[in-house]
Order: sequence, then structure tokens, then C-alpha cells
Amino acid sequence: MLVTACLIAVPVLVIVASLFQGFSPAWQHLLDTVLQDYVINSLLLMLGVGIGTLLLGVSAAWLTAMCEFPGRKLFNWALLLPMAMPAYIIAYTYTGMLDFSGPVQSALRAQFGWGYGDYYFPEIRSLGGAVCMLSLVLYPYVYLLVKVAFTEQSTAVLEASRSLGKGPWKTLFQVALPMARPAIVAGISLALMETLADFGTVDYFGVSVFTTGIFRTWYGLGELQTAAQLAAFLLLFVFALFTLEQYSRRRLRFHHNSAQQKPRRIELRGWRGWCAFAVAMVIVTAGFALPAAQLASWASDRIGSTDVAAFLTLVGSSFTLAAIASACCLVIALLLGYGKRLHPGQLEQQAARVSSMGYAVPGTVIAVGVLIPFAWMDNQLDTLMREHFDLSTGLLLSGTLAALVFAYVVRFLAVSLQTVESGLARIRPSIDESARSLGKRPLQVLQRIHLPMLRGSLVTALLLVFVDVLKELPTTLILRPFNFNTLAVRTYELASDERLADAALPALAIVLIGLLPVILMTRTSSAAAPTNPHNKDDHE
Amino acid sequence: MSSQLALQQVSVSYGDFPAAVDVSFSLEKGQIGCLLGPSGCGKTTLLRAIAGFEQVTAGTITLNGETISRAGAQLPPERRRVGMVFQDFALFPHLSVQRNIGFGLDAMNREARAQRVREMLALVELEHYANAYPHELSGGQQQRVALARALAPNPEILLLDEPFSSLDSELREQLASEVRELLKRNGVTAILVTHDQNEAFAMADQIALMRQGQVVQLDTPYNLYHNPRSEFVAEFIGQGTIITVSVNASGALNNGLGILDVRDRPWQAGETLRLLVRPDDIEYDELSALSLPVVSKSFRGAHYLYELALPDGQKVPCLTPSHVAINPGESLPVRFNLQHVVVFDDSPSETTPIR
Repeated sequence: MLVTACLIAVPVLVIVASLFQGFSPAWQHLLDTVLQDYVINSLLLMLGVGIGTLLLGVSAAWLTAMCEFPGRKLFNWALLLPMAMPAYIIAYTYTGMLDFSGPVQSALRAQFGWGYGDYYFPEIRSLGGAVCMLSLVLYPYVYLLVKVAFTEQSTAVLEASRSLGKGPWKTLFQVALPMARPAIVAGISLALMETLADFGTVDYFGVSVFTTGIFRTWYGLGELQTAAQLAAFLLLFVFALFTLEQYSRRRLRFHHNSAQQKPRRIELRGWRGWCAFAVAMVIVTAGFALPAAQLASWASDRIGSTDVAAFLTLVGSSFTLAAIASACCLVIALLLGYGKRLHPGQLEQQAARVSSMGYAVPGTVIAVGVLIPFAWMDNQLDTLMREHFDLSTGLLLSGTLAALVFAYVVRFLAVSLQTVESGLARIRPSIDESARSLGKRPLQVLQRIHLPMLRGSLVTALLLVFVDVLKELPTTLILRPFNFNTLAVRTYELASDERLADAALPALAIVLIGLLPVILMTRTSSAAAPTNPHNKDDHE
Repeated sequence: MSSQLALQQVSVSYGDFPAAVDVSFSLEKGQIGCLLGPSGCGKTTLLRAIAGFEQVTAGTITLNGETISRAGAQLPPERRRVGMVFQDFALFPHLSVQRNIGFGLDAMNREARAQRVREMLALVELEHYANAYPHELSGGQQQRVALARALAPNPEILLLDEPFSSLDSELREQLASEVRELLKRNGVTAILVTHDQNEAFAMADQIALMRQGQVVQLDTPYNLYHNPRSEFVAEFIGQGTIITVSVNASGALNNGLGILDVRDRPWQAGETLRLLVRPDDIEYDELSALSLPVVSKSFRGAHYLYELALPDGQKVPCLTPSHVAINPGESLPVRFNLQHVVVFDDSPSETTPIR
């Protein structure tokens, strides 16, 4: 366990250590020129996405959790759909729709007889555009957490406010929202971590932030050390968010009020109901339906001219990679989670915690953190072999699938660990104890009791990591073996070449597979929903 | 219209399900009422209708002369001047104790509000916890904050929804009498909802015993115990068993229980009656000629509660001092003391007793 945790921690430690290794002239150059831009742009981006996800997520959660309006049940899960849409894909799609030759501007010109330069049209490829794109796909983090907070709020607390003389709106702003504050903060922190980790959107929109800077420093300047130092600065931001998120989650505990009754929804009748419908509809359309339809339309245009065999190879290699990574994550997660259950000591706790740090660390940072030790090992091995056997091994490990899979495990282990742990937590300790007292050894308990009971969680853990790996762009881009392509990388390459319509097919494949966890989520959350309206009277 | 609170033929339904049917009662200013009954009897529904969280489908509720609920017209909860203490206390977790208490005092200026909060803190003896947060308090303290918060705006009536059910059982009765004392001292009109008769007895001046949405008996605690008007009331309140007996012309009971001595109760020879036998109606008497076999016994500290078999097989309870220890199968010498016994007509339930 300890070994696993140490290995997982290596990339981050490497990045942090880079700060103490002296700064190259390239660093001074960065400092003089672009570092300030990185910081300002990152802060502006976070501010914008913070506000955007707050508005979208909280209003969506409020409407679906506390109100009744036409289509509420549909929107309850449809509002999760944008989660299936990676930010870089929605960015490519909107660019294709909104740029000069796109359908929107063409239609405007045809309608009003305008020509080039006759009219003002907002430039989507800008900081503001990136804020919009990221907010549209990241608000579900806020939505999910806040919706849970709203539904778990004790009706009694809201009723107490009413009986103390506050009307419904005052109750919303003075009680319901403040009580949901930790959930709001936790949701926004998660969204902002994703914002910091984003590479595809900002790269395409030409917004200079840390992730693009790291990539350029390594890829363009070849300065791995400086890239690592930049990454360390990015980690500072991430660490601040991580602390904020953990703090809010701790506070969530105090704000938890056992809901004995489901809150009575506020009925929005007539035009109010249709307003609510319109708000939810606009969010879902902009965040999912519209870009998905555009992708489908482009993909169907190009399907005839697509090299089917090449596309299938692409799908095959993406799936193989994702399957290997998710299986590795699962095995390690099972090991860590089960170890923690068997010996719930301080050390095991810490090991599990360290191992799940990765989800907060941007893929670009992990990629650089993996690249450095692997390159070092390759160099050592190469020197060793040359000295003793007069044989050059070259780059044996870096640039292989092993390095890539290792990076994925570091980044996504938390996802599977969390799923496995919550599955294990549902199995009461008394079940272990009864199996042990009936004469089964720990491994037998795992095999006979836990694995069958955990099957659902295990499948979920596999699926979640699988989809995450499939969507992950920067890690793959930096660490992939030469000439090895995945759907995400291919989408990126085609989009970078301004072949947006050609990029639609792999992009659509990613979106479709990204729908799987969303469907899974809606199924588990709707299973917890039903209530018995006749059972309102007494609480016993 | 002198009553502080009056319910007139109030009904509340959820869809087709009638949760409360045709309920009428009233409370004078300063009285403490109680809605008592088994779970699902509609008592909480009724309380929530008074608070304005449920709509009445028939009847009217008036508070201090003003109609606050009638079918199709409900004053919203925030305009009723009704204070409520919830079962889980429902304290606002994000506000400190003093801000919880001051929550309903928007109409006051800052100074008046601070003054009122101090008064309330003193009232519930939590002066030192003004800045604490609800999760830092014990259950009993949280309950006092909930009480102070509900009383702070000086409501016309205080509603308490199972206010002691989330506390330890040892604390309950003690707190119930403390709360009664506090309410009485301040002249607060209040209604308590509970399923626990001890709480009801400790708190209330008037108890409405409810069953299936209807008030079965509205009475003082004393009358509810000693003069139950139906077998349901008799069985719900206190301990006791109802047995079927027949009586001869001189009043002797067929199964040797002795002479029925109920003053105003006329009976006919050979009539079948049902008797409520409380454990203290059958006394241990070692000189008695009558011995009944022991079916089971349970130790209650100062007492043993025996279950004895009558010759015809019916079982009756008997309370003895705990040094009287007789094993099941053996016989216990007893004497019947039927002066206060409650007699019902011979039909299993829902009959009014004749006294």
C-alpha cells in the first residue's frame, strides 16, 4: 500500500522538487514576458467560470429541486447532459458555428445583406468565449452538489423560517441558499479545478494560461525543467482550490440536516412555469443539444469520405488504452480500499488520501511529472548499458504506453478509489465480522462476500475511469508514443488544422461514450427519489 | 369568541385520504393543549394545519378571533403569528444561537432586537451560548434554543411537534415539566403533539386523544385516565386489560371476581359487560381465599407486574410489591377491588360507557 501511494505521489513530488533546482535562463525569459499573462488570464478565467457555473448551477438546482414546472422530471437528468461534452469539443463546435463562414453569421449576412466588416459579431475565440464554453459544460458540478444539498435540507428548517414570518423568497435567500453554501463552494471549486486543468479550450482559443504555457515550454522550447517549474506554480492555484473544497466538504457535515420529509415544491403556474421551462431549456440546449446536433450534422456530412478502417483503428487503440488504464486503476483502488478496511490505521488512511490527490492535479502537470523521472531512468539505463555492454538502449520507457498508463493511474485513481470505497462503506463491518467468525480468511471474505456485493461499484469504477481516459487530452498529447493516436488527440489535431467538420466524427464518438456515466448517474439518483405521498403525517 | 384558538369541524385531506376529520376544540388563553394519539392518527397534520403548512378542506381555524384557515383561504404561515418548535428542532445550522433566536424579529430595530434576544437567552438559561452554533450544543440545549426562537416574536400560540422525541428518555419527563413551568409562568398558549401519554400528562391542561383522524375524547388528563369514554381510550391510556364478564341479579360476577360496585350503573341479571381492569384493581392479599395461577411476571424494580389467569381463561394484570415473588405456574392469593372499575357495554369497541 505504502509503495503504491509513494509511486502515485512521484509525479507531483517531482514537480514540487523542480522549484529547488535552480532556474534556467528560459525561466527568466518567461518571467519577463508571459508569466504575468498566465497569472492574470488564469485568474480572470477562474473568476468568469466561477460566476458562470454559480449562476447556471444554482438556478438549475433550485428549479429542479425546489420547484414544480412543466418538464421538471425531464430536466432533472437532462441538465446533467453537458457533462458528456468535453470543454474542448464544445469549443470547436461553437467556433465552427459562430465563425465568419459558419451557419450563424452566414444566415445573418443573407438576411440583412451585410458584407464582411459591416457588422459587429462577438469573437468566440477569446477569454470571454472560453469562460462561456467552460461554464456551459462545468456547471453540472455545482448543479449536482447543490441539488443534493437542497433536497437534503430539512423541510422543517424552511418551515421554521416561514413560521417566523419570512415569505418564500426571503426564506430562499436567508435560509436555503446560506445552508447550501458549502455545497455551492465545493461545486465551484471542482469546476475551477477542471478549469485550471483545461488545455484544449484555452489552447484553441489562444488564451495564454498555465496549461498552454507548460505545453509550449516543453514542446516548443524543449525546456522540461522550466515546464516543471511552471507546473509547480499551477499547483499552487490547485492547492488553494483543493483546500477550499476540502474545507467546504467538512462544513457540509455541520450543515447536514436529516430531511424527514421531502420538501414541498413551489408550484410555478402559468407564465412563471414556462419561464422556468425556458431557462432549463436554454441551458440544456446551449450546453448539449445544439453542439451535439451540430457535431452529428458534420459527422453525417463526412461519413461518406471517412477512411473507415483508419477510424476503427483509432477507436480500437483508444478503447484498449482506456480499458488497460481503468483496469489498473480498479485493481489498485481495490487494494487500497480493502487495505484501509482491514487495517483502518493512520498509515492506510494517509496512503489512500495521497493516492487520491491526483484528481486535483491538471493532466499537463502530471504528464510533465511523469516525463522527468522516466527520462532520467532511461538516461541512467542507457549510460549503464553503454558503459558495460557498449549498447545504447535509447528511450526505453518514456514515450511508451507504460508511461501513459502510469500517468492515467495517477490522475484517475481517485475516481475508482472513491467509487470502491463508497461501495465498501455500504457493506457493514458486522458482515465482515460474521463471515470471519464463520471461519473465513480475509481473502475469502473478499472473494465470497465483498466482490459479489461490490459488483455494481466495480463496474461503475471501471466505466468512470474508462470514459475519463477517453476524454483526457493533454496527458495523452504529451506522453503518447510516437504515431500513437487516440480519439481525443485526433480531434485536437484536426481542429487545430481548422478541419472542424472532419473532427466531428471522433468528437461525436467521445461525446456518445461520455453519455454512459451520465446515464449511470441519472439511474442511481432517480432510484433514490420516490416518496410516498400518503406517508406525510407522522415521522415515526 | 373568547377562545385563543378554536377549531370548528376542521378536516384535512391528502387527495382522497382523510388525515383529519371534523375536528373541533378550543383553547383558552394561557392553556396548554395536547393532541395525543398513535402514529398516523392525524395529530401532526392538524398541528401543521394550525401552523398553515397544510390546507384545511373543511371547517375553520380561528386564532385570537381572526379566521386563519378555512376551505379555500389560508393565511400564509409567515403571517399567522404562530410559533413552532419542530421535532428535530430545525435550527438554522449556518446561524449562531443568538441569530437563530433573532431570526423572526425583523420588525424590531437593532437595539430592541438585541434586547429581546438577551431576554430569551435568559429565559432558557443559555446566556453563555449566544455565539455558539447549533452543532456545538447538546440535544437539550438545542431544544431550548428552538423554544426561545419560537417564543421570541411573541406568537399568539406556540405549537410543539413531538418536541421531546429526539431526547433521551430519562430527560423527557423532566424537560416536559420544565417547559410547562416556563410556558405557564409566561402565560403562553400552546399545543403539544405527542404519542407519549407521560409527556402529555406532564405538560397539558387539556388532551385531545385522536384516532384515525378524529378526536375520540377531549378531556383533562385525570378524566382521560379514570373516565375513559371508550375501550380505545381505556387501552391507549395507562395499563389495563378489558375482560368480558356476566353479572347476576345481585351484582356478583360470574367468574368469582366478586361484587360489582358501581353506583349508577343499572344492570340486568345475566347481562354481559366488559370491565377495564387496571393492575391496581387487583391487590395482593395473603389472607384471601381466592388464588389465581400466575401466567407470567415481570420485574419493575419496586413492583412485580403479574399476569394472572381467571378460571375462564381470561387474563388480568396485578401489581404487587417486589418482595412478593411467585413463579409462573404457582398461584397468587388476591383480592378484587372493583369500586372504581370502568364498565363498558358488551361490544368490542367504540361504545360510550355508562356510568
